[in-house]
Amino acid sequence: MTKGTVQGIISNLVLVKADGPVAQNEICYLLHEDVRLMAEVIKIVGETTYVQVFDTTRGVKVGTVVEFSNSLLEVELGPGILSKNYDGLQNDLNKMEGIFLQKGVGSPPLEKDSKWLFKPLANVGDKVKAASWLGEVSENGLPHKIMVPFKFEGDFEILSLVKEGEYGLYDTIATLKDHKGLEHSITMTQKWPVKLSVTSYKNKPRPSKLMETGVRTVDCFSPMLVGGTGFVPGPFGSGKTVFQHALSKQADADVVIVAACGERANEVVEIFWEFPTLEDYRTGRKLMERTVIIANTSNMPVAAREASVYTAMTLGEYYRAMGLKVLLLADSTSRWAQALREMSNRLEDLPGPDAFPMDLSAIIANFYARAGIVELNNGKMGSITFIGTVSPAGGNLKEPVTESTKKATRCFYALAQKRADGKRYPAIDPIMSYSKYLEYPEFKEYMIGAGKPDWIDNAYKMKNYVQRGSEAADQINILGDDGVPVEYHLHYWRGELIDFVILQQDAFDKIDKMCPLDRQKYMVDLVLWICAKEMNFTHFEEVSDLFKKVINAMKQMNYSEYESPDFEKYAEEVSRLMTEKVESVENVA
Amino acid sequence: METSQAFQKKITEIEDINKATCTLRATNVGYDELAMVGNKLAQVVKIIGDKVTLQVFSGTEGIKTNTEVVFLGKSPTIKVGEDMAGRFFNALGEPIDGGPELQGETREIGGPSVNPVRRIQPHRLIPTGIAGIDLNNTLVAGQKIPFFADADQPYNQVMAMVALRAKVDKIILGGMGLTNDDFLYYKSVFQNEGALDRIISFVNTTQNPPVERLLIPDMALCAAEYFAVDKNESVLVLLTDMTLFADALSIVSNRMDQIPSKDSMPGSLYSDLARIYEKAVQFPDGGSITIVAVTTLSEGDITHAIPDNTGYITEGQLFLRKDTEIGKVVVDPFRSLSRLKQLVIGKQTREDHPQVMNSAIRLYADAANARTKMENGFDLSDYDERTLAFAKEYSNELLAIDVNIEIESMLNTGWRLFAKHFKQEEIGVKQELIDKYWKG
Repeated sequence: MTKGTVQGIISNLVLVKADGPVAQNEICYLLHEDVRLMAEVIKIVGETTYVQVFDTTRGVKVGTVVEFSNSLLEVELGPGILSKNYDGLQNDLNKMEGIFLQKGVGSPPLEKDSKWLFKPLANVGDKVKAASWLGEVSENGLPHKIMVPFKFEGDFEILSLVKEGEYGLYDTIATLKDHKGLEHSITMTQKWPVKLSVTSYKNKPRPSKLMETGVRTVDCFSPMLVGGTGFVPGPFGSGKTVFQHALSKQADADVVIVAACGERANEVVEIFWEFPTLEDYRTGRKLMERTVIIANTSNMPVAAREASVYTAMTLGEYYRAMGLKVLLLADSTSRWAQALREMSNRLEDLPGPDAFPMDLSAIIANFYARAGIVELNNGKMGSITFIGTVSPAGGNLKEPVTESTKKATRCFYALAQKRADGKRYPAIDPIMSYSKYLEYPEFKEYMIGAGKPDWIDNAYKMKNYVQRGSEAADQINILGDDGVPVEYHLHYWRGELIDFVILQQDAFDKIDKMCPLDRQKYMVDLVLWICAKEMNFTHFEEVSDLFKKVINAMKQMNYSEYESPDFEKYAEEVSRLMTEKVESVENVA
Repeated sequence: METSQAFQKKITEIEDINKATCTLRATNVGYDELAMVGNKLAQVVKIIGDKVTLQVFSGTEGIKTNTEVVFLGKSPTIKVGEDMAGRFFNALGEPIDGGPELQGETREIGGPSVNPVRRIQPHRLIPTGIAGIDLNNTLVAGQKIPFFADADQPYNQVMAMVALRAKVDKIILGGMGLTNDDFLYYKSVFQNEGALDRIISFVNTTQNPPVERLLIPDMALCAAEYFAVDKNESVLVLLTDMTLFADALSIVSNRMDQIPSKDSMPGSLYSDLARIYEKAVQFPDGGSITIVAVTTLSEGDITHAIPDNTGYITEGQLFLRKDTEIGKVVVDPFRSLSRLKQLVIGKQTREDHPQVMNSAIRLYADAANARTKMENGFDLSDYDERTLAFAKEYSNELLAIDVNIEIESMLNTGWRLFAKHFKQEEIGVKQELIDKYWKG
């Protein structure tokens, strides 16, 4: 084992002189007083090894002994991960004692004494390779596959495999023989270095299936696909967090991984307290049972913040290899980039734009590229849908993190301060936001197959109405209500109708917060039917009078149970209002 | 600060001195350790081999190359105990009110962070009587929220008002770069209201060295943790002015030749501020720390690195604005936000609170549009006229900071103004609430 001694300390950057070989990104431990402070090698210059400590360095002295571990930063993978609350280094937060996080204290990520009912999925003599399914256990009702470890290279043959029954986490459940004839025993767990991507799959096709979120402005206007990538920049106070929570609660996914990276502790606490009480309306179980939270709040050590997003992605890749749909939310990747900046600053690297490291854009692109839908070696599909948030400094979308992220993702959900100020939530700007997936022929085919062939055309139609509405609003503002033709007011109010009925959604109302796809289709069809109606008005106030009434009735529809008597009552009111108007037009004619 | 002689290591050769730091050769020194350079307190900020860099809190003026340096073998500490109540301290935790030395238990300041799973969700409303806060931007125990204010706005007065009206067990004032006048203002307000016995103050005035300010938030929050954790009390911490704190950070990082990021601030500004604000917490046993801070802006510029980073850390922000229409200072309903209000409004307060709040603000926004139309010389519609009339009364009866009423009467006032100026379908509120509360 390589050892070393501390030569210098600048905040959490420590200079070490090692007595043997060390590897870039190798993990080492500082033996400080009676604790071991974990650190990672980030630069080697001649005799000096620079390490970043995942903890406070208060009290560390020159001469402190350092032990190198000969491995990179790894996570432990196995049944029992779901519903855990981890820190960025996969310590189980619930098992740590005391109110405060004492330095150098960790806790194992899995329950070492847990027993699982194992069902074999392979047979002795089968040829297998990394990520092949050997068997499965039930983890909170989800089929958790026990796989050949991702680290195994080449082809193997199964020499033995246990029968169906209850086994401990670390019991040998199979032995494999490699091409040299060496035997390897397999338990239910394996380890993987977080900074490397898991590539044990056949191929990575383009996404094609809609990932239903129940948030109308996403599903109808800028749809996210299963295995897609997207990002949310939000000036502070624009409802980013509420939007993210809505996604994690409602999106159609088997596993939800929330990486709270350098964000507020109270937001994480909200997830800790809310998720265990929330029912997953798809399975009837608790949402927390299929959720993993990686919490590295902004006051926790900055180097562990950088590690936390990688930890989250690796856990996602693990569940994807089981053929599951994973939704990964990272809030916020800007904080992660800032952690990189802090270290690069202490290393006295030459700075790139805004003092960020020069390779920031490559790091971000590489990270987003780990998401996606994959075809596994056995032909099954698994996916990671990744939505990151960025927190652009000063709300300026031209800053380096946002720019780099924009290049790496396909969907963009622009939270607009102006909408937030007007309490038009979710404050996602319908015109600035986009989903490149609308252009995917695969997606169109999928929606035809799903019985909603007009979905994409309707999205474009609504975007067009909203755009015209906002142009008309500009004209009205410049020329005055009387200064424009009445028709402009009609354009304006059509945009408002779509805004109030489709785009705005009350995330705190028990019915409105989640709008299933069929209900969305019903409302979109109704809205588009109204927009397409030929109507004549003689005065602009007639337009606003009618539309305000229609909007009010349709908002009440959004608040009512779908197809309930209340819902039908308000639907009839809409139809009555429209019929009266159209009849009056015909009478005049 | 006393220390045992055994730990003391004396050095009398200083190699480099600049305005904020000095460097000397020493061994067996711990990172973050305190030292006395002559009679000035300093802290280790960098160690390379046997070269140790010290940040001298009171400035390096007068330090000689042969000034005696003594390492104290510990990081900054304070003695915490019930005897802190009613007392005034400087940034080093020494009494400045002529009273006796503290007798309590010695604790390191800037201690570890709370395990997030040991927190509970903030859930207790802290009423202030100010409708601009209670109705629109409700304050919740365990929250951290700053006033974003220009230097000429009465933020210290509003803070003092919030402190005195808030129903909490202890109030801890951390004053950084307070002018002596403001310091005396706080002191006399607390004394006159007879609230002194629940107030503890750590004060660095403009007369004190700027780098000393860096200790104030940690001192104040260490004391706050004592009362919140050990005594299960609800503690309100007031930090004014965090912009001056951040300025002190940039002075030190500049002297240490660090590459500055945006607005000459250190690259670690976000983490530095987060470390402080994240001490705000609600514990399961009832103790809580709530932080109300002030971040002064330069001409309202919130894109500057300090307010920008702060906004991402805190749970909302409060803006003050002079409303010329009514000639009073109001809490700006558009730009102010309390992110935690959802946890209490409509739950601890009446069910109609969220919708009344949102509708009133939306109508106020419509009034702002109408005003723009009017200023551009267009005719106003009947609706525009009504929103303008509504806005004026709303501003005067609810937004103004001199309002001091219970939340229920704020809601009743809201409904009264709705009914006076609007039709039911114009306010966009759920019908069942309208049926119940409409004051037609």
